[in-house]
Amino acid sequence: MSMTRRIPWMKYASASSFYPLANRLVPIFMGLAIVLAVIGLYVGFFVAPIDYQQGNSYRIMFLHVPAAWMSMFIYLLLAVYAIISLVWRVKMADIMAYSLAPTGAMFTFLALLTGALWGRPTWGTYWIWDARLTSELLLLFLYLGYMGLYSAIPDRQRASRAASFLAIVGVVNVPIIYFSVVWWNTLHQGSSFSVSDGASMTSDMLSALLLMTFACWAYAIAVVLRRAQAVILERKKVALWASQISRKKES
Amino acid sequence: MHRMLWKLFNRDMALFMQRKQDIVTVLGFFLVAVALFPLGISSDPELLREIAPGAIWIAALFSTVLALDRLFSEDMDDGTLEQQLLMPLPISLVLLVRLIAHWVVTSLPIIVLTPVMGVQFGLNLDEIVILTFSLLLGTPVLVLLGAIGAALTVGLKSSGGLVTLLLLPLYVPVLILGTSSVSSVMAGMEVTAHFSLMGAALIVSLVLSPFAVATALKITID
Repeated sequence: MSMTRRIPWMKYASASSFYPLANRLVPIFMGLAIVLAVIGLYVGFFVAPIDYQQGNSYRIMFLHVPAAWMSMFIYLLLAVYAIISLVWRVKMADIMAYSLAPTGAMFTFLALLTGALWGRPTWGTYWIWDARLTSELLLLFLYLGYMGLYSAIPDRQRASRAASFLAIVGVVNVPIIYFSVVWWNTLHQGSSFSVSDGASMTSDMLSALLLMTFACWAYAIAVVLRRAQAVILERKKVALWASQISRKKES
Repeated sequence: MHRMLWKLFNRDMALFMQRKQDIVTVLGFFLVAVALFPLGISSDPELLREIAPGAIWIAALFSTVLALDRLFSEDMDDGTLEQQLLMPLPISLVLLVRLIAHWVVTSLPIIVLTPVMGVQFGLNLDEIVILTFSLLLGTPVLVLLGAIGAALTVGLKSSGGLVTLLLLPLYVPVLILGTSSVSSVMAGMEVTAHFSLMGAALIVSLVLSPFAVATALKITID
């Protein structure tokens, strides 16, 4: 008991203190996300110059690249929360992992979708079995597996621990999967396109990309915190403070 | 301890022998799945040769997933599994023995049949040897990794589809290594690298997987 008191950051591991904190943070981050996205999209569409090779179609990169980054980072974060929840049995960590999964899957899907839409005018095809595309697709399956296992087990305690364990097994496998796919790709076909080709960007492009990345960050934080709040209310139905909030919302 | 483990192994083998239809089902699934590839794609010998390693590997992979359903479910239902976890032996060792028995019964017959499949697909002797050897190295990894998925879903109703979803991303590296070893021997290249990596995967999963399965079982059974 004394341990939890000495470490101040453990304070928000309790749902009753996390909930009001999230209440304050969600509007801030949501507002930040909207402002950053508006500026980022403006810079991306009107300030950043046209690409001399790809024309205007490259502009989807301003959503595609942040989405791809987020998809990978969120899985990593999910695994970290899974470890915390499995090892230290912190309930809030499990709620965070659970809340991160749909957002991560959404960003993975968004990265695949925008990549396909970009690939059509640029590569002439919606889909190629490129190493990055394939591993991103497999990442989507890892997310779906986590969510599928979580929802398949009726007992919540057990579901949380099993899914957390799966997330950890998955995160150990992510680099192995990635390198095997790269290896497979170089073995089967010479990669005719390199996604990382246009590394030289003007500063306007870079600032648009960074703005959109921060916008995605802020959006993810806001949405995940809000989802975590919803999960708390659902799980802590019996707790007095939670039922009071629920009742207030209903009336 | 050795005698207990040996008894455990014999028990599993005896149980499998009593229910031969399970083995026949897995084997039949493998044969039908392989036979569907020419029917679904083309009977062109050149094309068949090219897809042979992938077709046989994918069929073997799905047969493994199918057989995994048997690994824990019945022992879970009648309480044997809990008793085994309470044995005065390291759980991971108990599980390792059971996984080896499972592999012998469900994967070995597939590997024995693989040369026949290879001939059907027009592979030559070298390629058949490499294909069989790649399955010999790869299927234990599939069973060892698959047991984690089976352990996480044990006791769930209609877990078949879920296990497949959980496992297939994890199976990708093994599949790639297995099929590309045959492809590269077809292209006249060395396969030492493939087999070294598969051997490494086998050793790592032999060491780590029993612990992971034990952890997963402790979570789901509790």
